[in-house]
Amino acid sequence: MTHVLDPGTLAAGTRPGPGPGTPFDDVTRSDAALRAFLHGLSGVDQVGAEQRAATLGTRSIKTTAKAWAIDTAIAMIDLTTLEGADTPGKVRSLAAKARRPDPTDPSCPAVAAVCVYGDLAGVAREALEGTGIHVAAVATAFPSGRASREVKLADVRDAVANGADEIDMVIDRGAFLSGRYLEVFEEIVAVKEACGGAHLKVILETGELVTYDNARRASWLAMLAGADFIKTSTGKISPAATLPVCLVMLEAVRDFRAATGTQVGVKPAGGIRTTKDAVKHLVLVNETVGADWLSPDWFRLGASSLLNDLLLQRQKLRTGHYSGPDHVSVD
Amino acid sequence: MSERLAVRKTYKLYVNGAFPRSESGRTYEVHDARGAFLANAAQASRKDARDAVVAARAAFGKWSRATAYNRGQVLYRVAEVMEGRHAQFCEEVAAGEGLSGGRARAVVDAAIDRWVWYAGWTDKLAAVLGSANPVAGPFFDFSLPEPTGVVAVLAPQRSSLLGLVSVLAPVLAGGNTAVVVTSRARPLPAVTLGEVLATSDVPGGVVNLLTGDAAELGPWLAEHDDVDAVDLTGAPPAQAMELERLAAGSIKRVVRPPAEEPDWSADPGTSRMTPFLETKTVWHPKGV
Amino acid sequence: MSSIFEYAPAPESRSIVDVAPSYGLFVDGEFVDGSGEAMKTVNPATEEVLSEIAVGTEADVDRAVKAARRAFTRVWGPMRPADRGKYLFRIARILQERAREFAVLESLDNGKPIRESRDVDVPLAAAHFFYHAGWADKLAHAGLGPDPRPHGVAGQVIPWNFPLLMLAWKVAPALATGNTVVLKPAETTPLTALLFAEVCRQADLPPGVVNIVTGAGDTGRAVVEHDDVDKVAFTGSTEVGRSIARAVAGTRKVLTLELGGKAANIVFDDAPIDQAVEGIVRGIFFNQGHVCCAGSRLLVQESVHDEVIASLQRRIGTLRVGDPLDKNTDIGAINSAEQLARIRELSDIGEAEGAHRWQPACELPDRGFWFPPTVFTDVSPAHRIARDEVFGPVLSVLTFRTPDEAVAKANNSTYGLSAGIWTEKGSRILAIADRLRAGVVWGNTFNQFDPTSPFGGYKQSGYGREGGRHGLAAYLRSTHP
Repeated sequence: MTHVLDPGTLAAGTRPGPGPGTPFDDVTRSDAALRAFLHGLSGVDQVGAEQRAATLGTRSIKTTAKAWAIDTAIAMIDLTTLEGADTPGKVRSLAAKARRPDPTDPSCPAVAAVCVYGDLAGVAREALEGTGIHVAAVATAFPSGRASREVKLADVRDAVANGADEIDMVIDRGAFLSGRYLEVFEEIVAVKEACGGAHLKVILETGELVTYDNARRASWLAMLAGADFIKTSTGKISPAATLPVCLVMLEAVRDFRAATGTQVGVKPAGGIRTTKDAVKHLVLVNETVGADWLSPDWFRLGASSLLNDLLLQRQKLRTGHYSGPDHVSVD
Repeated sequence: MSERLAVRKTYKLYVNGAFPRSESGRTYEVHDARGAFLANAAQASRKDARDAVVAARAAFGKWSRATAYNRGQVLYRVAEVMEGRHAQFCEEVAAGEGLSGGRARAVVDAAIDRWVWYAGWTDKLAAVLGSANPVAGPFFDFSLPEPTGVVAVLAPQRSSLLGLVSVLAPVLAGGNTAVVVTSRARPLPAVTLGEVLATSDVPGGVVNLLTGDAAELGPWLAEHDDVDAVDLTGAPPAQAMELERLAAGSIKRVVRPPAEEPDWSADPGTSRMTPFLETKTVWHPKGV
Repeated sequence: MSSIFEYAPAPESRSIVDVAPSYGLFVDGEFVDGSGEAMKTVNPATEEVLSEIAVGTEADVDRAVKAARRAFTRVWGPMRPADRGKYLFRIARILQERAREFAVLESLDNGKPIRESRDVDVPLAAAHFFYHAGWADKLAHAGLGPDPRPHGVAGQVIPWNFPLLMLAWKVAPALATGNTVVLKPAETTPLTALLFAEVCRQADLPPGVVNIVTGAGDTGRAVVEHDDVDKVAFTGSTEVGRSIARAVAGTRKVLTLELGGKAANIVFDDAPIDQAVEGIVRGIFFNQGHVCCAGSRLLVQESVHDEVIASLQRRIGTLRVGDPLDKNTDIGAINSAEQLARIRELSDIGEAEGAHRWQPACELPDRGFWFPPTVFTDVSPAHRIARDEVFGPVLSVLTFRTPDEAVAKANNSTYGLSAGIWTEKGSRILAIADRLRAGVVWGNTFNQFDPTSPFGGYKQSGYGREGGRHGLAAYLRSTHP
């Protein structure tokens, strides 16, 4: 059994763009058609979905597999700071951590991206130059999304201009919950266009959508609009990422690829704090969509404190004894 | 002026809502308690029993799915129609069972009241015998009584009307259909009851009454794969074990015969309904 | 699907259990030698002999019944009901305390995955004792009259598919209602029952209240046919149930039977497909399909047949078959060579009759008894795999077009134990549930069990209920008129 992580391999994935003429072209022709399509998706039974996720949560990973899982999880992290108090200094220190999460161990992989507010994307870009680590910026009046379309698009363009190559947008949950699906769709399309070459992650904020049926519909809506990733949460609303909601979104990307040939990534964000949580998510990916998604190109973990727990576990595996919080850096 | 010559009744079987003679063409003599000839009754054959089971099975779907309120009204209607034939029942019970006029009246009164008792049970069973089950998980879980199906009843041999009603009405109250072998020596009130059933609102096939010999018909019914339960109350004691063994072939529910025929005037409780009720448990997740 | 993510074997440690080289019978609170020639119990995953087990003869059974009678008359019958309850609470707690030990032993002896013995069998067994403990001093409220009475000595024969759980289903209500017990565990899975005997001793349960007589069919027959047994409870095959019903005919013994099944799992086109697929998997592959209420007949609406089968096959591809003690194992070993032969035979017949067999690529261990998860499509209602209980990980897929056809096909069985319905339409669930002739109907779920929830069959799946208030009726004489 080989579980050797080669970050190079993982980062070198190629992204197939959305194929022309998907079978769903016509479902966005009108509000009614989109509504009929989204409400025609197979329902999600809450109890069954949660039971399935809980069962997968009992999967046991040990020794070599665990080492592989920890390194994979580190390489999938969007290391995030989204505070009003963020400063260039804070972002630079986070970028340093992103490049070398464990300064004592050069074999520790770098994270996938650093995720910041758009105004600090330039700082992050500069600090990460030449590393291959992506700069992700939240935009579109994150986290509430309550602003006019012009402001949101300006927010996106600004972040991209500052050096972000990944944009994490929020959908208009108000519009979604009141059934104005086409409006949500069109906004994502517009944001996608504003992104230019930057990859678009669409935050559904499933904690506000509440039901799994909504999570599945929002996933499809985002994918139809051209999302490269669908993301659970802003991290500002509880509950954020949960295993069952991630399961539902993984089922959506699986079904979307089967229907269109286009693969879309998934990013649970918020609430994933421990190695155990991270491993459960990897198990979920493995069993739901398979190895095709087990790379930072297709699966990300939006987190901050998770990284230190992964590092502690990593040190424990390496040294054979338990480590402590003073052995990882405070950011 | 000479006395009018009575028009006598031909006593036949009651199967699928009709009154056929036995397909076998057989009859047997029925005598009163002192041995005087009363009538010739049809002697049902195994083929009559087979036809009765087919009729009872066909009637089961509709009768078992009727609302409890509807079944209650139908059973109550039986009491109403019996009341109108009170005198006739008294005469037949008195003659067959050798009872005085007063005792016969009491028996007929009790038989009618028994229908009323069971009529009132139909829409209480689910509340009394059902349950909501507090399972340790996010599920709504409930249990309800449902009828077993086609019940073969060997009716009591002594009590030809009250005993018969006491074993038949509880089977019907739960939504089952019945094939009944009546008291061999005292079949006449049963045939008259058949006429009552035919003219009340009980759908054809729900009750099938076979006059004849439980010892002859019992094994065919006990072994019949499309019979779901047997009530051996009126089975010949020496045959009861054999009938129970035959019933085991298709895992029938069996009510064993009592050591001796009980006092049918006692409060019946629920013990004659529950043997012919299944419990269905339904689970459903609770989620948003 | 290539996998770069493989689970390391995560075997549960065996060291927690201490399997003795041989076991006697548990009679009157003591382990005693059996008079019959001892039998061996093997680990079905390795064919390793685990232990030698005593075989009870008629004379042994007679001693056990006498002990049970004595305990009933002198101790357990006269005991304050609240105290009986406390003994059951003790047993429940000890089962929880020794849960890991029971789980490992169950998986060793039965072959079921540790995930199931750990998360289902053992916790549910403890829950059954806990639930029934509370009934002991509340029987006047059970709807069986003001003072319902126990029968006396209960003779109980249980199957090998859920050895400890079936013991709990039988013993807990019997003791709570004031009966004493002579229990015959299954021939191939006696070990957890014998460990349970130790639990009885730790709980200081009075001697003779629970007696465990191991052995095979002859021992079971001796229990059922013993003259001084008042109540017989059996879980197992319909064939044996039939012979037991014959054996108790004409006696005063009361009988409850929990027999076979061939449950329909009905999937409508508006079902929550992902959960339905999970439910299908749970329905037929839980416990290797050694489940009387297994959803062995998948009835899928024609319009979603292909989609459901594709999803199902993809999902089955992720099932992990292998070492029962590996915490990641989904499907363990078939319980015995005999059962494996039956599964193979019926599957071969299925193919010969024209059904299409599908099995995922999966490596099976060299030793032990194994059968891969199997799906038959193009099954006709006339095929034997659509009618006979396979009692293994073998699913037969049939189709329907309308609700009426689904109901007709679902009910077209001599069994009537359980059924499943999958649809997002609530009123349809209720309407179909009404029309299914089955004792347990799962709507949008499958194979759920709980001590508060009555379980048992219609038709040839048996009679009597286990669990809930209804289950008590099997162990009490009603004092209603």
